[in-house]
Amino acid sequence: MTNILEWTLTEASSDRAMNPVLQVVDLQVSYYTDAGRARALDGVSLTLNPGEKLGLVGESGSGKSTMALAMMRMIKPPGRIEGGRVIVDAADLTALSEEDMLKARLSKIAYIPQGAMNSLNPVMQIGAQMVDAIQAHNTQAPKADMEERCRQALESVDLKRGVFKMFAHELSGGMKQRVCIAIGILLKPKVIICDEPTSALDVVTQRQVMETIDRVQKQIGAAVILIGHDMGLMAQFVDKVAVMYTGRLMEVSTVKEMFTDPKHPYAKALINSLPSLDNKGVFQGIPGLAPALLRLPGGCTFHPRCPHVMEVCKTVRPNLETLPGGRQVACYLYSEKA
Amino acid sequence: MAELLEFRNVTKVYSRGLLSRTSTTALNNVSLKLDENEPTVLTVAGESGSGKTTLAMLLLGFIPPTAGQILYKGQDIRRLRGDDRMTFRREVQAVFQDPFAVFNPFYTVDHLLTVPIDRFKLAKSRQEARDKMVEALTAVGLHPDDILGRFPHQLSGGQRQRINVARALLLKPRLLVADEPVSMVDASLRASILETLRGLQRNYGVSIIYITHDLTTAYHIAKSIIVLYRGVVMEAGDVDSVIKHPQHPYTRLLIDSIPWPDINRHWGETEIKAKESELSDYGAGCKFLARCPFAMEKCQTLPPLFRLSEHQAASCYLYDQHQPIESERLSELLPV
Repeated sequence: MTNILEWTLTEASSDRAMNPVLQVVDLQVSYYTDAGRARALDGVSLTLNPGEKLGLVGESGSGKSTMALAMMRMIKPPGRIEGGRVIVDAADLTALSEEDMLKARLSKIAYIPQGAMNSLNPVMQIGAQMVDAIQAHNTQAPKADMEERCRQALESVDLKRGVFKMFAHELSGGMKQRVCIAIGILLKPKVIICDEPTSALDVVTQRQVMETIDRVQKQIGAAVILIGHDMGLMAQFVDKVAVMYTGRLMEVSTVKEMFTDPKHPYAKALINSLPSLDNKGVFQGIPGLAPALLRLPGGCTFHPRCPHVMEVCKTVRPNLETLPGGRQVACYLYSEKA
Repeated sequence: MAELLEFRNVTKVYSRGLLSRTSTTALNNVSLKLDENEPTVLTVAGESGSGKTTLAMLLLGFIPPTAGQILYKGQDIRRLRGDDRMTFRREVQAVFQDPFAVFNPFYTVDHLLTVPIDRFKLAKSRQEARDKMVEALTAVGLHPDDILGRFPHQLSGGQRQRINVARALLLKPRLLVADEPVSMVDASLRASILETLRGLQRNYGVSIIYITHDLTTAYHIAKSIIVLYRGVVMEAGDVDSVIKHPQHPYTRLLIDSIPWPDINRHWGETEIKAKESELSDYGAGCKFLARCPFAMEKCQTLPPLFRLSEHQAASCYLYDQHQPIESERLSELLPV
């Protein structure tokens, strides 16, 4: 219930012209391979209000991690951001110089990576890595202040202050993921991107880590983008769900709308493929396979797998359109053009 | 009734170093029987470090038990030689967690299927071998034309995992050990792999030991379940009873921590007492003692399994008004 309440609250306040903290406008990312150009992100637009939690779901290869890296401007060759803007707190990240972008990371937008196991430096104490992060933004800060700030950040994610002096190998998987969260919130960013933060953890640890993210996010008032393919986690954590397929957004709805009344046929299939306690032994997969990015079908990329396919779907790509009530769907079933 | 597989008081201890006293009991006195004539799906569930993969390794004969015996059709698997050993190797198959790591990238996927055919002399001619491969691939829902002759990197994770199942199927196994077969596959493909596994049990009479930390998939595929924690059986029984009405505080914690894809069902109604960073209990008592919200004085000694109903038992003193059941009789709790 709280999720729904919060959502209506944010929606109500957005009516009073609340400034979105993050605006992604028509983002385009391609990877250039020997076999051709793969459009990993093809015109993705998103808006996020302060304190809002958005889930970005999709199968592997749908472009969700590329989305995270593009927002952080961490796409490496052969990948390239080819168009669009990422506006955080009124600043366009895509227009910043390399040096300014360095400053913007962690202070405006932070990234909590997928494999916490491999994200920490094994030969540096945890504390030294955290101090490094602060120093990169503020070389003037006194050492004692910085250390105190790091210890407080560790405490805020339920770690002992003593972790400051420890090395990564002395920590369990859940603790390492907490350290990554502590580093992520160190400079109170406006937007935190969590890329499958718990996919390597056990269910109990997963719940504890997600509760931690939830708490610190509320404390610093940051917006969160949670990337993953676990719909269960989304149902429990986010306010809004964006479904991606082949680098495009198929549907953006509130979590309640998504789980009770998904609109896009792909979103419907995703929701129906979820196991629950009511329908024991019923497995409903999505027929067909996701297409390779190098050989995308024309029109709507989901049309070869879609049970409601129409002629227009095969040739003309549907736009992400806003339905009455505010949810967005890219499908001709809900548009007047068909 | 004849036993296909029997674990007799199996214990596995991993010792660190020759002189050091530190050792980890990965599996503590587990007894288990699978009937030869009634194929079933048994789930072994637990977090990392619960001993579930150790159980798979022991069963496949990759590591020897520290104490106890593992019997396959009445024979100790450590003593199998010659033809018996080959039969065991053929009849007990495995599907592992990572569909990316089991393929050799230099060979086409055919290699994975032809090796067992040659090794166990399953086909007399090339044509027969090919027919067998086509049959196995079709049985797991793949189109042989899309698969044969391809290299592993040209296939998706779900396709590769199904090829692994096809490879196991080719050998007409009696027992399949599936160690987290779907944890690295997308949710939309999970369903079809699980469906494939269940079809094996139904249509080919293969018994399956499904090892997982994911209780939702366990619920859908299995008949019975054993919940392990630090090598000890915490709760066992019929999968419906255990998952819908968990009794042991650990099982309750596990089930309560599943993020259900249902916005009306909330996460976290059980209180988690200890933080994962403070766990350091390797005492003689209940292994869950340090995290248990109901810990009592008598939990310092290891509780036996108390039989709550015909098909459910929990190793917890909260239920000591019930009759204890010897660990050797664990299989009686598991419906087939």
